[in-house]
Amino acid sequence: MNGRPGIRTVMDGNTAVAHVAYRVNEVCAIYPITPSSTMAELADQWSAEGLRNIWGNIPVVQEMQSEGGAAGAVHGALQSGAMTTTFTASQGLMLMLPNMMKIAGELTATVFHVAARALATSALSIFGDHSDVMTARTTGFALLSSGNVQEAHDAALIAQAATLKARIPFLHFFDGFRTSHELNTLFLLGDDDIRAMISDDLVRAHRARALDPEHPFVRGTAHNPDTFFQAREAVTPYYNAVPGIVSDAMERFAALTGRRYRLFEYEGAPDAERVLILMGSGAETARETVKVLAARGEKVGAIQLRLYRPFSAADLLAALPATASAIAVLEQTKESGAPGEPLYLDVVSALAAAAGRGERATMPFVVGGRYGLSSKNFPPSLVKAALDELARRDAGGRCVARHGFTLGIDDDVSHSSLAADESFSIEPDSVTRAVFFGLGADGTVGANKNSVKIIAEDAGRFAQGYFVYDSHKSGAQTASHLRFGPDPIRAPYLIASAGFLACHQFGFLERQDILGLAAPGAVFLLNSPHGPDTVWDRLPRAVQRQLIDKRIRFFVIDASRVAREVGLGSRTNTVLQTCFFAISGVLPREEAIAHIKKSIQKTYGRKGETVVQKNFAAVDGTLARLSEVPVPAEVTSAFDSPSLVPANAPEFVRRVTAPMLEGRGDRIPVSLVPADGTFPSGTSAYEKRNIAEEVPVWREDLCIQCGQCSFVCPHSVIRSRYYHEDLLAGAPPTFKAAPVNARGYPEARFTLELYVEDCTGCGLCVEACPVTSPREPGVRAINMVDKQPVLATAKENLAFFEKLPVNDRARVDFANVRGVQFLEPLFEFSGACAGCGETPYLKLLSQLFGDRAQIANATGCSSIYGGNLPVTPWTKDREGRGPAWSNSLFEDNAEFGLGFRLAADKHLETARTLLAELAPAVGEELARAILAAPQIEESEIREQRARVAALKSALAGIDSEAARNLMSVVDHLVRRSIWIVGGDGWAYDIGYGGLDHVLASGRDVNVLVLDTEVYSNTGGQASKATPLGATAKFATAGKRVPRKDLALQAIAYGNVYVAQVAMGANPQQTLQAFREAEAYPGPSLILAYSHCIAHGIDMRFGMKQQDLAVASGYWPLLRFNPAMRAAGLNPFRLDSPRPAIPFKKYAYNEIRYSALADIRPNEAAGILAEAQATVNAKYRQYEQLAGLDAEGFQAGVQPLAPPSGPPGRGP
Amino acid sequence: MNLATDYMGLKLANPLVASASPLNADIGNIVRLAAAGAGAVVLPSLFEEQIEAEDARRVDLIEGWSNSFAEALTYFPRQSEYAVGPDAYLSLIRKARSEVDIPVIASLNGITNEAWLGYALDMEEAGAHALELNIYFIPADLTLTGVKVEQRYREIVRSVSAALHIPVAVKLSPYFSAPGNFAVSLAEAGARGLVLFNRFYQPDIDLQRLEPVTDLELSRPNEIRLPLLWLALLSGRVKASLAATSGVNSPDEVVKYLLAGADVVMTTSALLRNGVEYIGTLRRGLEAWLSERRFDSVDQMRGLLNQSRVSDPQAFERANYIRILQGYGSTRR
Repeated sequence: MNGRPGIRTVMDGNTAVAHVAYRVNEVCAIYPITPSSTMAELADQWSAEGLRNIWGNIPVVQEMQSEGGAAGAVHGALQSGAMTTTFTASQGLMLMLPNMMKIAGELTATVFHVAARALATSALSIFGDHSDVMTARTTGFALLSSGNVQEAHDAALIAQAATLKARIPFLHFFDGFRTSHELNTLFLLGDDDIRAMISDDLVRAHRARALDPEHPFVRGTAHNPDTFFQAREAVTPYYNAVPGIVSDAMERFAALTGRRYRLFEYEGAPDAERVLILMGSGAETARETVKVLAARGEKVGAIQLRLYRPFSAADLLAALPATASAIAVLEQTKESGAPGEPLYLDVVSALAAAAGRGERATMPFVVGGRYGLSSKNFPPSLVKAALDELARRDAGGRCVARHGFTLGIDDDVSHSSLAADESFSIEPDSVTRAVFFGLGADGTVGANKNSVKIIAEDAGRFAQGYFVYDSHKSGAQTASHLRFGPDPIRAPYLIASAGFLACHQFGFLERQDILGLAAPGAVFLLNSPHGPDTVWDRLPRAVQRQLIDKRIRFFVIDASRVAREVGLGSRTNTVLQTCFFAISGVLPREEAIAHIKKSIQKTYGRKGETVVQKNFAAVDGTLARLSEVPVPAEVTSAFDSPSLVPANAPEFVRRVTAPMLEGRGDRIPVSLVPADGTFPSGTSAYEKRNIAEEVPVWREDLCIQCGQCSFVCPHSVIRSRYYHEDLLAGAPPTFKAAPVNARGYPEARFTLELYVEDCTGCGLCVEACPVTSPREPGVRAINMVDKQPVLATAKENLAFFEKLPVNDRARVDFANVRGVQFLEPLFEFSGACAGCGETPYLKLLSQLFGDRAQIANATGCSSIYGGNLPVTPWTKDREGRGPAWSNSLFEDNAEFGLGFRLAADKHLETARTLLAELAPAVGEELARAILAAPQIEESEIREQRARVAALKSALAGIDSEAARNLMSVVDHLVRRSIWIVGGDGWAYDIGYGGLDHVLASGRDVNVLVLDTEVYSNTGGQASKATPLGATAKFATAGKRVPRKDLALQAIAYGNVYVAQVAMGANPQQTLQAFREAEAYPGPSLILAYSHCIAHGIDMRFGMKQQDLAVASGYWPLLRFNPAMRAAGLNPFRLDSPRPAIPFKKYAYNEIRYSALADIRPNEAAGILAEAQATVNAKYRQYEQLAGLDAEGFQAGVQPLAPPSGPPGRGP
Repeated sequence: MNLATDYMGLKLANPLVASASPLNADIGNIVRLAAAGAGAVVLPSLFEEQIEAEDARRVDLIEGWSNSFAEALTYFPRQSEYAVGPDAYLSLIRKARSEVDIPVIASLNGITNEAWLGYALDMEEAGAHALELNIYFIPADLTLTGVKVEQRYREIVRSVSAALHIPVAVKLSPYFSAPGNFAVSLAEAGARGLVLFNRFYQPDIDLQRLEPVTDLELSRPNEIRLPLLWLALLSGRVKASLAATSGVNSPDEVVKYLLAGADVVMTTSALLRNGVEYIGTLRRGLEAWLSERRFDSVDQMRGLLNQSRVSDPQAFERANYIRILQGYGSTRR
């Protein structure tokens, strides 16, 4: 190999690409979107740290309000001559399209780096496929694809070199997650290599084309029919030159580094008859597979396509063996309604043209196939299935391969899927394959990333790590797929057969088929509280059977105990990592242990010798306590793994949800998956995750029945009911009840019950309890205890509790927290983080208005824990009513929700008109009552529901178009509550324009902003809600401007109801604000302080932190009610007292603030002072507003009532 | 007026020292103290346990949620330079050294032998003029004998002072059977200064919540009696500088301590009550007292009333106790 390969290291694809992109640019305009966010985060971090590019300057990194904004800023910077880039994926790329057309049209050199990801259709997916880049193929950008981490790293540079020469902008893409998040060994380009590829002459030429008043010109004109067409054609020569320019760049790159790439890279038999053509990581799998098959004498081949646009037919034809008679073009996208996916059409047209021109003797048989949508696993067995399909011949020897086939699914609807031999494998024995199952919080992934580094960097092997996470934010299961070997690892697919298997959570063995992945003779490590003598009897039959049949060597360790004993607390990662090195055989044992210790020294050295010694002790202690369990010859267990969902669960849950929960979702056939994205509500109730080790128990003797604990519970596991004492007959002996703590109900009993299996153990309830026992130190009316001892009785009691009648909503006092506990939550058991600060607000919304609410939910945390399969937490009440919930996009949520309102108003108008028309038929009295009904109080809503039920009965007996039409919209006669829910990233940034417009519309919508002050879902990037002085991603050096005052902006309209709330500071004010907002007949906006893991706090004290936020004056509680102004009163109410503590006392409890003092102590002090001054000034401003009279505020336009008159009265 | 004082070989412009307190964690306060005329400043104690707890907390909060959700493998900016361990403290020493001219004394409270020595060396390297060992240690283990406890103190003092070039002081509690003998043995073990006395953490109980209350009460002037007694007893009889602390509220207490034999007088409570500039008030009060009595220097009056020089040495011993009791009875009538 010629050239210098570079330093050998381990990186994921995102880091590998960012490493180059940062060094060859001066400006980066960024916005977070999975799975590309890491590239932007690294650029921001490096810029903050002062890392320089190849020209010796520090690139400017600017976060924008959306990808649309980022593309605009990129366009501007390019027009001003700066070397500029951005990073994105999926929907983000869609928002960039208009600017991309402009940038390409103006022949501007730039590279956009895209971690390719599925576009949202009937559902969102964060995972990888090519539907986004395929949609961008018409922009005029060149599209360069890379198939693994090394290629992505190298292509980032090749693209940059080529774009400068070609003046055509490049979109460089690699597979989201599969490449962006895969750790793999690579040779890192040095700055000298990078410099050698980038021509400064071309950079200066780029600058010279910039807008410059010293040499003015005009660009971006509007053309007329006379010249526009010609202008489009004028660019053609530039596109024609691109393939040659890219080839040249690849050749220069090869000379520098020894790594040679081609536009179309052929692999396989020189005389192949069957050939696959594809792009991305799948191409690597295909190439490796055909290599093996060709070696066995099969006439097969594969072409990896790197430069997709401009499409070079000549290069394709040159790469394709003349012998190829059957070709399958495999694509990671689906273009519904098209005769084939885009690349298929390109290939067909290239071949047809060649055949037509006589350049090829025959036209091969070409079919298209789809694979890998949303990162669906694409192993060699599927490559073989496609090649086998190409081998199908009819009696006359003609190829009869199906066109439009699918790989990796069971399509029992259109019968497109190809069967595959799952046992087919091409993996060499020299590769160690290891799979680890762990919990998100147990350090398994972190430890495995570290092992990959150790083995690749210290031990000189090649290594690969890929990590699969489930969709929960707390208690999520992780699966780490690791490969190690003497040669580069080219296997971008999951491990199907592992020589080493580890299960770091004992409970997983009962939930899914862990040992299904074990190869015969594999080593299995189980982290088990049961020792080597007793563990066998604790294993289900199926597990024992596999241990015996596969002749598995079985080891156990009690990692928690070892960690505790050596003083590492609950951190088991060092212990489990040591086990892996000790028994996997990946390295000789002594060498492995030496490497771990070296790594410990490196990681913890700065933290002092004690920490190092404790970890060394963990390594030594592990070796002493790791035991091999002799596997008996016979299965002895008397039990099987229990079914994950009860037998009486609905059919959909049993047939679709349950397999997903068991990790068998890949096998669900097409016919069972809803075609239009419609899923049943309330399936989270069937997923008993049991993730908490501690759960709360109720002390009925101490409880004052205030409802605070259930109010703050983020997972709706605390429920209260009151009932007649007679209903206690037949209660289990441990069932608890107390006399109702109110006068006039001597026979009423109160019970607070817990869904212990759904509890995450966050402890917010205990901290919210205002009661302390007068006799027992530290005891409250609700206390955490170990779950296992109470689990059985708790389930029994819960079963009895569920049979008690649900309290009548019409008799519950909605006006205070105490009353709200009796309302059924219609949002329950979500996968949100333990102690989440957002979900209590959603639960409250669901309790108060859920049975008539329609919710538009912006993409973000709330759409993920609210609607990420396998289960759905939005549920329905005993009468079958509940929130109707949908997520459109991130950027359009306010508009989406306004659409709900417009339709609801229209339907209401129709219903009222028809009812008036049908009044004689349905009864004048009934019609009048319905039309005039006030619907503010719950009792009034219940009465209206009864009237509407009567109306439906009446309509059922009327045979007329009008009656049928009224029936179709009759439900709108019950006042519908429209909610627009999202986070601050949506409300303050990407969706702000729409939100502003919707607030200005005057329509009756309720906007709830779950304000965590960062983009929580994508990992804590700064938004315009991020406060002054806080660090966040994209604000590594601390946010330097105060957060936007969205409340005041909305108040400025005059007719918008606005509230700022913090449940942890004043739950009653929160409740009041929700009710007022909903009752207000115009637009309402609630800004809800939501503590978050991205703040760096102990979540158990999240509500206390909210209290401090208010007490410091940082988050004043306020309500602005335009209805008050109409009554001649000041509409602005400041609900929280003057600051009682300094801002620092609140802020420095949180890592996001204190980090700045750690990293930049000099600046932190100044910023803190500035932040305090801002708090003071803001509070003074609010105080002044609270002191005005009604005339101090503009009236604003009257809220727009539904056209046929208001269904309700004003508050 | 010559207020110059020698404390463990350090030259102080006057004997007023701001003792270890959270006030001195702020470089602004240190600058103001120096400007107001403090003779020296003791930085707040670096607690080994606290550092380790904070490091562990930071790791938990930053890494506890990482690598568990596909969209967000982390939630905080990747900081290559989070301050860990004693970094922040050491940078405070450096900053104080660069911004003020008065001696900067670091203070350390360790648990493990490694930490005592390791952190002490770090502090010396960061530029501390001296080190105060705050051996804050409650022998809650009921099998631990007094002899063992004293031994432990001496071992710490011996190993730290042998390793350091800067002088080492020990902040003591009064709760030893023979504090005087113990003080002498610490000086022999290498302590160049003795700070009398440390105020131990003494919890109260909240009767409403049935919880221990861990707030700290500021010291009151009547608390000077105990240190005064032992300063007077030790002055001139121990080969170490003596620092008085506790109960300073006005120049009167400063004068009393100096008369009893203190080389320097430390205060926190007075500064917390009256602001850091109050150290200037104390200094001016001392000057006024000295002028009134026509002393030219503080050395002339230091130790005038220590036990070896007062006309009735027994006043500081048992007789004192008896007289006080008698006096108490008479004032009651």
